[in-house]
Amino acid sequence: MAAQMTNAHRRFLQVLMSNGITEGSEARKLHQHCCETDKVYYAHDKLDDFIGTINSHLQPLFMQIRKGISEDDGRAHYAVVNLAETEVTKMASDYTEIELELFRKTMDLIILSENGFASSTDILNLADQLKTKKMKKKEAEQVLKVFVEDKWLSEKNGEYTLHTRCIIEMEQYILSNYQDVARKCNICHSLAIQSQVCESCGIGMHLPCVRKYFRGQTEPRCPKCNEFWSCDTP
Amino acid sequence: QVSELVQFLLVKDQKKIPIKRADMLKNIIREYRNAYSEIVKRADRTLQEVFGLQLVEIDTKRHMYILINKLPHAEGQHLCRGKEKEKMGLLLVILSFIFMKGNSVKDSALWEFLHLLRVYPGKQHSVFGDVRKLVTEEFVRQKYLETTPIPLTDPPEFKYQWGPRAEKETSKKDVLNFVAKMQGKDPTFWASQYSEAQAN
Repeated sequence: MAAQMTNAHRRFLQVLMSNGITEGSEARKLHQHCCETDKVYYAHDKLDDFIGTINSHLQPLFMQIRKGISEDDGRAHYAVVNLAETEVTKMASDYTEIELELFRKTMDLIILSENGFASSTDILNLADQLKTKKMKKKEAEQVLKVFVEDKWLSEKNGEYTLHTRCIIEMEQYILSNYQDVARKCNICHSLAIQSQVCESCGIGMHLPCVRKYFRGQTEPRCPKCNEFWSCDTP
Repeated sequence: QVSELVQFLLVKDQKKIPIKRADMLKNIIREYRNAYSEIVKRADRTLQEVFGLQLVEIDTKRHMYILINKLPHAEGQHLCRGKEKEKMGLLLVILSFIFMKGNSVKDSALWEFLHLLRVYPGKQHSVFGDVRKLVTEEFVRQKYLETTPIPLTDPPEFKYQWGPRAEKETSKKDVLNFVAKMQGKDPTFWASQYSEAQAN
């Protein structure tokens, strides 16, 4: 039973779309502002219902407001995603063929890596081998900067991983195209790019999920094989 | 088909570049040419219903369209689409100036006015960057402003007017109220602009 869309819903959706990705507390504030501006009934704990109404109208358009958890701090973020399994339409229109190729190859590196990061050196070496056209290192550095600004990649100490926004928007795409390699978190069952892995049985978990799961335990053990959890719990 | 067209329009509109009918036909509708107007009508209805946006034709000869925001303007940082708040502020000031001066101003007059706001065409502005580019290229490309050369001028001079997107997204009434608020006067203070705004 879908409620009607009001201007408050539409305004919320417009802002979410132009932000690219919106953090949880920002989204709650936005919810309140939209309801106040458009004089719609507001209840502070009804954000999920509010979003649910919008989603029921987005469904026939193969779009959805999706919630994702940041792999860094465990906080919720919201993004409007395209549910079709092909690459995000939004990205395809913002970048050139060659930039997209660099991004895809970078994504390969990140997903295939142990820790979910690709060093800038490795990525710049890729630039040389692009099929479309060779890209100079300087150009590639610029393109990487743009990817970070646009929130497709995030950078830490010269290494790059996928931004929360990218993970939310491309989760379906990644899970289907990297079926054998992409890891799923054993706790929350979502895609895990950065993860801690059990040395014995190989299952992976998000760092925030590890933190929550092992809270207060002096002897952390793997939930699957019960061996000692060898990684430092964050 | 309708959902594909809606997505196509949303993506194109993000950059505020007008959409050509030819592109719509080419990219999406393909086999369904006969149903073109029906598909466009339904896409428009969906855009209004779900997103609060409307597809509007701004050039009937060349068949160009833009998406305009149907939601009433709102105050507040959170509610502006994108990081465009400052640019829109500058634009509003420019549109007001043009309206108050009789709907058309020479470029030299516009730059003189902006000088008063410490915005200079030659200098990089801390917020707007290359202001000349913003005003003469970006705002014009987005159809907020329209610029036409003044004939028989050497060096060539241009005049500025409201562009079709400004006409559709703002009203003369809103702009007059803005000016009145800024100057602490009643809108009726400017009799001819007031009656023009009422008639609009």
